[in-house]
Amino acid sequence: MKSDHKDYLQPLRIIGHILRKEFLQIFRNKGMLPLMFVMPFIQLVILSNAATFDVAEVPFHLQDFDRSALSEQLVKRFTSTGYFRMTGESYRQESGIEALVGRKADMVLVIPRDFEKEMSGTGHARIQMLINAEDGFTAGVVRGYANEIVSGFNRDLPILLPHMPGQSAVMPIIDIRSSGWYNPELVYSEYMVPGVLVVLVTIIGLFLSAMNVVREKEIGTIDQINVTPIKRWQFITGKLLPFLIIGLGELTVGLIIARLAFHVPMLGSYGLLYIVATIYLLVVLGMGLLISTMTDTQQQAMFVAWFFTVIFILLSGLFTPIESMPHWAQNLTQLNPIRHFVDIIRRIMLKGSNIQDILTPLSILTAQAALMLSLAVMRYRKVSA
Amino acid sequence: MKRFIGFVRKEFYHIMRDRRTAAILFGMPILQLLLFGFAIRNEISEVRTGILDLSHDVVTQELTNKLFSSGTFVASGVLNSEKEIGKAFASGKMNEVVVFEPGFAGKLQRDGTAQMQVITDGSDPNVSRIITGYTVSVVRDFLIEKAASAGQPAGVEAMPVMMFNPALKSVYLFVPGLMAMILMLVSALMTSISITREKETGTMELLLVSSLKPVQIIIGKVVPYLLLSFVNVITVVGLAFFVFGVPCRGSIALLFGESLLFIVTALSLGIFISSITNSQQVAMMISLAGLLMPTVLLSGFIFPITSMAWPLQVISNIIPARWYLVIVRGIMLKGAGIEVLWKETVVLIVMSLVFMTASVRKFSERLQ
Repeated sequence: MKSDHKDYLQPLRIIGHILRKEFLQIFRNKGMLPLMFVMPFIQLVILSNAATFDVAEVPFHLQDFDRSALSEQLVKRFTSTGYFRMTGESYRQESGIEALVGRKADMVLVIPRDFEKEMSGTGHARIQMLINAEDGFTAGVVRGYANEIVSGFNRDLPILLPHMPGQSAVMPIIDIRSSGWYNPELVYSEYMVPGVLVVLVTIIGLFLSAMNVVREKEIGTIDQINVTPIKRWQFITGKLLPFLIIGLGELTVGLIIARLAFHVPMLGSYGLLYIVATIYLLVVLGMGLLISTMTDTQQQAMFVAWFFTVIFILLSGLFTPIESMPHWAQNLTQLNPIRHFVDIIRRIMLKGSNIQDILTPLSILTAQAALMLSLAVMRYRKVSA
Repeated sequence: MKRFIGFVRKEFYHIMRDRRTAAILFGMPILQLLLFGFAIRNEISEVRTGILDLSHDVVTQELTNKLFSSGTFVASGVLNSEKEIGKAFASGKMNEVVVFEPGFAGKLQRDGTAQMQVITDGSDPNVSRIITGYTVSVVRDFLIEKAASAGQPAGVEAMPVMMFNPALKSVYLFVPGLMAMILMLVSALMTSISITREKETGTMELLLVSSLKPVQIIIGKVVPYLLLSFVNVITVVGLAFFVFGVPCRGSIALLFGESLLFIVTALSLGIFISSITNSQQVAMMISLAGLLMPTVLLSGFIFPITSMAWPLQVISNIIPARWYLVIVRGIMLKGAGIEVLWKETVVLIVMSLVFMTASVRKFSERLQ
């Protein structure tokens, strides 16, 4: 009876030894530890604050060839709304372009000669806005701001130019009230932080697991382990478990920071989040292990891991919305584990989704975990047999 | 000198012998550029819109038609009450709902003002803000057209000219950033790891006792990566031009010269990292957390620097890629010359010098 009991626990004890060895190795590395615990903080702070498309105070250059009372009124509208800030003024055509090229302004406002004359004569005049469109998105926002100012100006024309023809009719106004659900103040960090947590967990899990086994290969200790009676599955479990624990630890640190420093709400259940995170980490760790069976040096492993991380992150909807991708690319993202976890964690934290709401992405993740782990174990056998 | 060339050749073999790394080194820039060019955009092409029309009159019908004829908005259903909005958002079926108040046309006629509501799924604040903006501008155009057809004067008409990128393609914005990222990866990350690798495996000691001078060893390690990086610059610029039509309006020689300067900055950063650590893993983590993340996020690659909070704007000044991006965008899109970009160039030169001096210090400290 006693010996049976012993046999039964033996494999687990072996795993326990490997675990202890791995943890000793990880925590012995003095350079690594601070990185592992400081990185989440830095990343959260930087990522969630840097990732914003808000456009504030656009610097603009003025070319007022009319220099009339009316053009002055229009310019005043631009400078007083807070959207624009005047950084220069000139009366030579080329100076405007030079201001754009020299990055002194992002918009040049050109008011042609006879602006006021045409307005009071025909009630119609044109102004030109040269917008720096290097960044097409920002350019669109700048155009929107400018249009808003100009239409406000148009509405007040009857007061500014009492003698303008056709001023008797008042232009109708449609009063647009806008509101964003789930995040009424449109705080961007609330949306970014959960996604950044995913990046954090991914980088830690993927890179550490990808480099770990390769490191044993590189310094030759893998052969020593292969000649011990340790079974493959024990070895792999012993290798992956520490990273699973570290990954979940990182997630916990991240969640605490998210809560205390960013006040990101948590509408769903922590239990569900940790279950999903565990499954996701299995995908990531399986991938890391797979990479380490296919590479010979840490440099290689790191490079391959980085390659996939970058592509997965870019196609995950973390920084740029998936909706804006073409349809074929949207379908392609279904293969991307990061996309699913980003989606799930946002839904759980911000919308309070339950397990039924996230069933589809969750089952995709589970299938991926099973696939990755079995692939990795198969490859590992082949390589070291 | 002969010995030095032999050493450089050995390093080259090391890199190229490893097919997988070589394939990624050359394949990654191409794949990423294609992804950025074809798949990743920061504009929104399809707003799934639902209409909750509590008025059902001619004007709301006209306005609805106008909205859906613009091409950006896709009709995704008609709602009958406010209660249905939540469900439409939660299922992801819609990301915008437009609500017209009862008696819309009448109020517009009588009072000169009527109310409509634009409700968006705000869980992505950026998207939410953008599509609200789109909707507002469609409504504004609608009013202007109506006023014009009623014989009212058009007032001031603003004619926007989109300079440097008239089609507003995001690939114009991303190409320079992509170049910076790839150069950082190949130059800084790969160099730091390859030098720490020699340290970790102990072969650095062997190299040091050879007749090569320490400076020669470092330069020998770095030269192959410099050449590889340069090949990548040419690939990206060439692909961007031939596949996506991204122009190079300035001097191509200046572009390559500045790229070379940035590669040197990145390489000296890589050397510096390898001088402060002995382990490949630590070197990798420092490079990833300290170099690549900031290069992507704080350089203005995807997110404009002027939008960031001021502490981050200050930090962004120490990111080499930030200056390189200004240079590349200036040359390629705006046709700027050195007389505009000298300041950024000086910053990069100073950065390279600082990193080089610091690493020489560190290395000689170690040797004593």
